[in-house]
Amino acid sequence: MLAKRIIPCLDVKDGRVVKGVSFVNLRDAGDPVENALYYDKQGADELIFLDITASHEKRKIILDVVEKTAEDVFMPLTVGGGIKTLDDIRDLLRAGCDKVSINTTAVKDPYFISRAAEKFGSQCIVVAIDAKRTADNMADATGEKWFSDLSMQDVILDISGRLTWAISTHGGRKMKMINAVAWAKKMEELGAGEFMLTSMDKDGTKDGYDIELTRTISETVSIPVIASGGAGTLEHLYEGLTAGKADAVLAASIFHFREFTVKEAKEYLRSKGVPVRL
Amino acid sequence: MIAIVDYGMGNLKSVEKGFKKVGVDAIVTSNPVVVDNAEAIVLPGVGAFKDCIRNLSDLSLTESVVTSINKGKPFLGICLGLQVLFSESEEFGTCKGLDIFRGKVVRFQKGLKVPHMGWNTVRIINRPPILSDIEDNSFFYFVHSFYVAPEEKDVIATTTDYGTTFASMVWKDNIFATQFHPEKSQELGLKVLAGFGKFVRKN
Repeated sequence: MLAKRIIPCLDVKDGRVVKGVSFVNLRDAGDPVENALYYDKQGADELIFLDITASHEKRKIILDVVEKTAEDVFMPLTVGGGIKTLDDIRDLLRAGCDKVSINTTAVKDPYFISRAAEKFGSQCIVVAIDAKRTADNMADATGEKWFSDLSMQDVILDISGRLTWAISTHGGRKMKMINAVAWAKKMEELGAGEFMLTSMDKDGTKDGYDIELTRTISETVSIPVIASGGAGTLEHLYEGLTAGKADAVLAASIFHFREFTVKEAKEYLRSKGVPVRL
Repeated sequence: MIAIVDYGMGNLKSVEKGFKKVGVDAIVTSNPVVVDNAEAIVLPGVGAFKDCIRNLSDLSLTESVVTSINKGKPFLGICLGLQVLFSESEEFGTCKGLDIFRGKVVRFQKGLKVPHMGWNTVRIINRPPILSDIEDNSFFYFVHSFYVAPEEKDVIATTTDYGTTFASMVWKDNIFATQFHPEKSQELGLKVLAGFGKFVRKN
């Protein structure tokens, strides 16, 4: 039986692991390879490096990080953040990464996803969706140039109706007039192989995943969904995988600050009847 | 020396580093002469079936690979490197494969999350020598949207369940091919690579 996956996420800046609270106020938390080995030993199912390096000149450092990690860690490795071109993807895959996660570039140019999927295969193209409930003020949200593209009309956010989610880019700093659920459907059509779905309302709260968001997207698409944002207890992981219908759960702080090991998380999930690899 | 065939697709570095980790000499190459002279061949890869077939042909590697297999040289196919051994694939219309094994490459049924991505158990039906250190029903890492349906059932070494029961590894004499990724399956995966290295040395 296919096991539900537990995926620790390491935020990497200038080649060092840092931990974020709602994407701001970062503090240093160590060396990427050592962190990766730590999770490898605990039986993590995959690893995600989220590269939040701001300066363009330092962006190549992540390739070193991937290459060093791939020397010793033999499990699937995803890198997200700052991917702008097909060459960026090629360089990462060559360095030893298996999947790349793309958000901002897909929003700027949705067909980037189809070009990437065609060139490298859907299985390595993860689309990161940072979703936020529209109950919040949407006054600053912006549209995109491609909004005039008729084939894209169905993703434009209509906030007059029922509760919905809009997407954000640039690590949550910019809101877009794009309906997250319709966007997910569109990204799947264009060749995305998996979603990394982060609730911007829940991220950093340790309050649990946005279950309604996760379930809605997971039921809308037929590619795997990784739930992210808000995990604070083991029960939250359980909720994400059962009520939220996610195929995998991503967590940073609960593992990163050693509140629980991945193994403990899996033992808990197994005791609740969730299929996991132990 | 084992030749890891580079035809421009997939994460070859992990396969190379996996062999290195278990002390087996392997080099990544797209040179047909190196493939011809290698003791054994590994054909890894993820991506589209037709691109794989086309790239192998464009790089003049098809003949080297097929001849090596037919001469009895140890061969390990991984993921797409398993699928291309079959007669044809229904991915994007019909595309001819290397036809080492009779059978088709078919897509997972509707209603399932595809790709089949993550860790799933492998049931050993007919234990190949390279799995000698692997317990039945161990977890390996998969990522694929298509699976192989061999016509000759006796080539099925292991099966895995995902909506249906499919062949997750085939084996015939010198030919081993896995749908799962040993190079991404942590300790157990490395044991499979080591097992292949051992088979090559004995051969």
